[in-house]
Amino acid sequence: MTENFEPTIIGFTCNWCSYRAADLAGTARVKYPPNVRLIRLMCSGRLDPAFVMKALAEGADGVLITGCHPGECHYLEQNYKALRRFLLLRRTLAGMGIEPGRVKLVWASAAEGVRLANEIATMVEEIRALGPLRWPRWHTWNGLFIEEKSRAEGVPA
Amino acid sequence: MTTQSPSTNGKPKFAMYWAASCGGCEIAVLNIGEKILDVDANFEVAFWPVAMDAKYKDVEAMPDGSILLTLFNGGIRNSENEEIAKLLRRKSQILVAFGSCASEGCIPGLANLSSSNQILDTVYSTVSTDNPQGIRPQHKYAMPEGEIQIPKFYPVLRTLDQVVPVDYYMPGCPPESHQIAAVIDLVIKVLHGEAQLPPKGAVIGAGGSTVCDDCPRKRNVKLIKKFVRIQDLEHIDPELCLLEQGIPCNGPATRSGCGALCPQASAQCIGCYGPADGVVDYGARLVAAFASVIDSNDPEEIEHILDGIPDPTGQFYRFNLAGSLLRAARPAWEG
Ligand code: SF4
Ligand code: SF4
Ligand code: SF4
Ligand code: FES
Repeated sequence: MTENFEPTIIGFTCNWCSYRAADLAGTARVKYPPNVRLIRLMCSGRLDPAFVMKALAEGADGVLITGCHPGECHYLEQNYKALRRFLLLRRTLAGMGIEPGRVKLVWASAAEGVRLANEIATMVEEIRALGPLRWPRWHTWNGLFIEEKSRAEGVPA
Repeated sequence: MTTQSPSTNGKPKFAMYWAASCGGCEIAVLNIGEKILDVDANFEVAFWPVAMDAKYKDVEAMPDGSILLTLFNGGIRNSENEEIAKLLRRKSQILVAFGSCASEGCIPGLANLSSSNQILDTVYSTVSTDNPQGIRPQHKYAMPEGEIQIPKFYPVLRTLDQVVPVDYYMPGCPPESHQIAAVIDLVIKVLHGEAQLPPKGAVIGAGGSTVCDDCPRKRNVKLIKKFVRIQDLEHIDPELCLLEQGIPCNGPATRSGCGALCPQASAQCIGCYGPADGVVDYGARLVAAFASVIDSNDPEEIEHILDGIPDPTGQFYRFNLAGSLLRAARPAWEG
């Protein structure tokens, strides 16, 4: 079932490092799987844990959070804040039945395009192994009760 | 809005109902003291199962919109809850999600961490229950006289507004009596043309900011090296913020309205007034708040500190699970 499954991963990237790293990977024609949709934040410290929950609730199979290496955050210590949030968020999500591997934090500098591309490729495979998350689309009063997400088991490549 | 309603004695009709709830909200309404006489003077009680005998079919027979005010407490856990929520929505001009259960799921909503079978196992097949034949409730049962039914148990608990449109929300587990009295005063003033109702969808009987804003404890931006259970502490600083003493206090995400009762009594806020204005996800806000007091940049040490919160999901969603972004844990909806 999971063989043809193409995970959807939402990536929250820091403008100063990892977003540029992804850009660099692109310009250098480093190949990485197209499963990640990147959303640029000014800093990993801007990551509100609710972003991650919303992504997972609305169809993502995993979430990647990236930031500058420790000590290199452009807003001083905000990436440490992101680290603390991430570690607590992961535990909280585990209580909801969301495997820790579905949410990942990766540090990558602007020069590390290749490393980021590899990290993404690894994560895609890890999530492929975990299978689709398929959080239900909860309906409110004007709709049905619970509807399974209307997504094909395997999206043809 | 027009607030006239046909009524036998000329008074507008009032209703109160309990769905998946504990009964505390009903007690809280009765706890408003002599104010209850104002309710009686200004309203005809049309339907209030806890206080008087009434049949669903009597409500069904009422014209749509003929009840002016319905306070609905409890979440939607079974088909009966849902049916009555829809019925009362039709019959009521103003439907209030009353209390934490109806507004956000509350303690009954914590069952959204477990599957229906796990819940039934706990109720019918654990040591505290004498049930040698392993009897389980059945939705339908054929009797010689014909088929009988009990309400259908749904896989997850929903909040009232996940089932029908809601006009107002009144948070609290239960709402504080003085807040209930203030809301009743307001509705009576509206009836007499002396006040206006707040905009639809508003939270009534509470503030908009956080419990921290009402809390007299001092915040020193102190960072902590460990989280502790309040009962394990020998001494609690009477003036310092509890969270800054490592006590998991939910004040930073919780709506004001109770007057910061718990932290003033040296107990952590557990969040019964639900999310404050602007909070997208209650638990997410607390993840951020708790992470911000941890005094470490080292992943291993942070993990060690976090061990002091053994059940973060329960800590952050004690009242708000059903109303949260994710609503229910996987076992609940995967079955
Ligand atoms: S909100 Fe609290 S007091 Fe009211 S019914 Fe629910 S559990 Fe009981
Ligand atoms: S965290 Fe708790 S103790 Fe601290 S200020 Fe807020 S409500 Fe008061
Ligand atoms: S302090 Fe928190 S838990 Fe206590 S009554 Fe107020 S909102 Fe509820
Ligand atoms: S600027 Fe990149 S993580 Fe803060």
